[in-house]
Amino acid sequence: MNFYAVKAIYRYEMARMFRTVVQSIVAPVLSTSLYFVIFGSAIGSRITEIDGVSYGSFIVPGLIMLSIMTESISNSSFAIYFPKFTGTIFEVLSAPVSYGEVVLGYVGAATTKSLIIGAIILTTASFFVDIEIAHPLVMVTFLLLTCVSFCLFGFILGVWATGWEKLTIVPILVIMPLTFLGGTFYSISMLPPVWQTISLFNPVVYLISGFRWSFYENADVSVGLSLGITVGFLVVCLLIVRWIFKTGYRLRS
Amino acid sequence: MHPTISIKGLTKTYAGGFQALKSVDLEINRGEIFALLGPNGAGKTTLINVVCGIANATSGEILVDGKDIDTAYRHTRSKIGLVPQEMASESFETVWNTCRFSRGLFGKPASPAHLEKVLTSLSLWDKKDTISMELSGGMKRRVLIAKALSHEPEILFLDEPTAGVDVELRQDMWNVVAALSEEGVTVILTTHYIEEAEQLADRVGVINHGEIILVEEKEKLMRDLGKKQLVLHLQAPLAEVPAQLADYHLELSDDRKDLTFSYDTRQNSTGITALLSELRNADIHFNDLETSQSSLEDIFVDLVHKDQ
Repeated sequence: MNFYAVKAIYRYEMARMFRTVVQSIVAPVLSTSLYFVIFGSAIGSRITEIDGVSYGSFIVPGLIMLSIMTESISNSSFAIYFPKFTGTIFEVLSAPVSYGEVVLGYVGAATTKSLIIGAIILTTASFFVDIEIAHPLVMVTFLLLTCVSFCLFGFILGVWATGWEKLTIVPILVIMPLTFLGGTFYSISMLPPVWQTISLFNPVVYLISGFRWSFYENADVSVGLSLGITVGFLVVCLLIVRWIFKTGYRLRS
Repeated sequence: MHPTISIKGLTKTYAGGFQALKSVDLEINRGEIFALLGPNGAGKTTLINVVCGIANATSGEILVDGKDIDTAYRHTRSKIGLVPQEMASESFETVWNTCRFSRGLFGKPASPAHLEKVLTSLSLWDKKDTISMELSGGMKRRVLIAKALSHEPEILFLDEPTAGVDVELRQDMWNVVAALSEEGVTVILTTHYIEEAEQLADRVGVINHGEIILVEEKEKLMRDLGKKQLVLHLQAPLAEVPAQLADYHLELSDDRKDLTFSYDTRQNSTGITALLSELRNADIHFNDLETSQSSLEDIFVDLVHKDQ
């Protein structure tokens, strides 16, 4: 294994995060804090408890998921798209590295960033609302799986994108609606039956539900199913990334 | 000893159907400076990209250091450094960090001493903490070379390294290439500046329309294909070349004051003595004379035109 290459890519990407700390860390933390202020404290105080959990506390897992999903996609897609855009990708392609090492470097760094953001948001949330974590190990497992799989998804997006518009169109037009409609701010049991059924086709429902279960033991779907869907998404992303490197899709001419 | 790079039957056809390389066979010897010349779109960069792993070959075999570039890519790529044609740089990174990144990427442990040596040799040491976007075009070009040398490659590809740089920097780069060659690094150079190849190369290859049309020792090439000319500056303008001099195929300049005679130095008799004698007989006198030899550029242009 080319350990030095993985370290070089990881270190380079982490340096980029610290160079753009306002964009990478402060911005997502600020926007999530505003959600807590508005939905948690201001509006949340007028909403009744959901399954025995105050509304402010209820939205914490969903908001963490919302942030880490969007940040994971944004970080890793930018990480691979920018070298493509500037032309510096030639160096990675001509280096003695396997695709696994390239992915480990880029996705590893993007995952670390997302985990840092998730930890900061969790800490920030604790200043606004009461938080309990019933199953810390499950919580960390869901957090890690979500970060890795969405970073992989972002990597695929970055390879696929042939312009800046494409890079932002998927997060804005696909991921954001799925996340908002995936139970970030509500339990899907609060929806009319037909919308509950439709919601079950939204994969984000399973991620948020499983993650929320690790906090409050409340879930819209079974934890096992949530875990299965998350792992399934991870495997699909891994297979696509493997195919990309095998064929050189949009990387090698 | 096997060649450091061996290319056999290399073909590259792009997705759109354009065939950039047509069954290219080429061997590069260890430690030599090889200049690959060709007009725009001839296939020079495609050839480099395939050898370096940036582009996939359609068919053919490429061995680097005796090993296949696909099955033993870790070994082969670790031997190669590439300075691309495009000025691709990490705009927001310092020179030091971007070179350190390159070294790590190619599987080498950190070596501040080596990076310092490389940056110093390229007059970049005082710019090591400057971010790339603040550097001039010439300096950026040096950074690309520094990055390519950061992992101590045994083979260096320079894809038009002096395009757009000033004369002083070009000379600096020539010195760097010469020094690398002395250290045993194999250098493969593509360039539009034929004088660069003339100055540096041990061997020259000419590629056109995706085919290698010639590979030859530079000295031999210039000896074999080069022409020598004798120019006579006449005392008085000549209306036309006299008929008795027709066998010499003399060219009369537009102002009628110069006569040019082309000859082959490989012949036992160049014909110069006889020509001068004939000129005297024809009562044609000259003030001065000069000889010139065709440059590599003339040879290159001739070859490419013949191949059209």
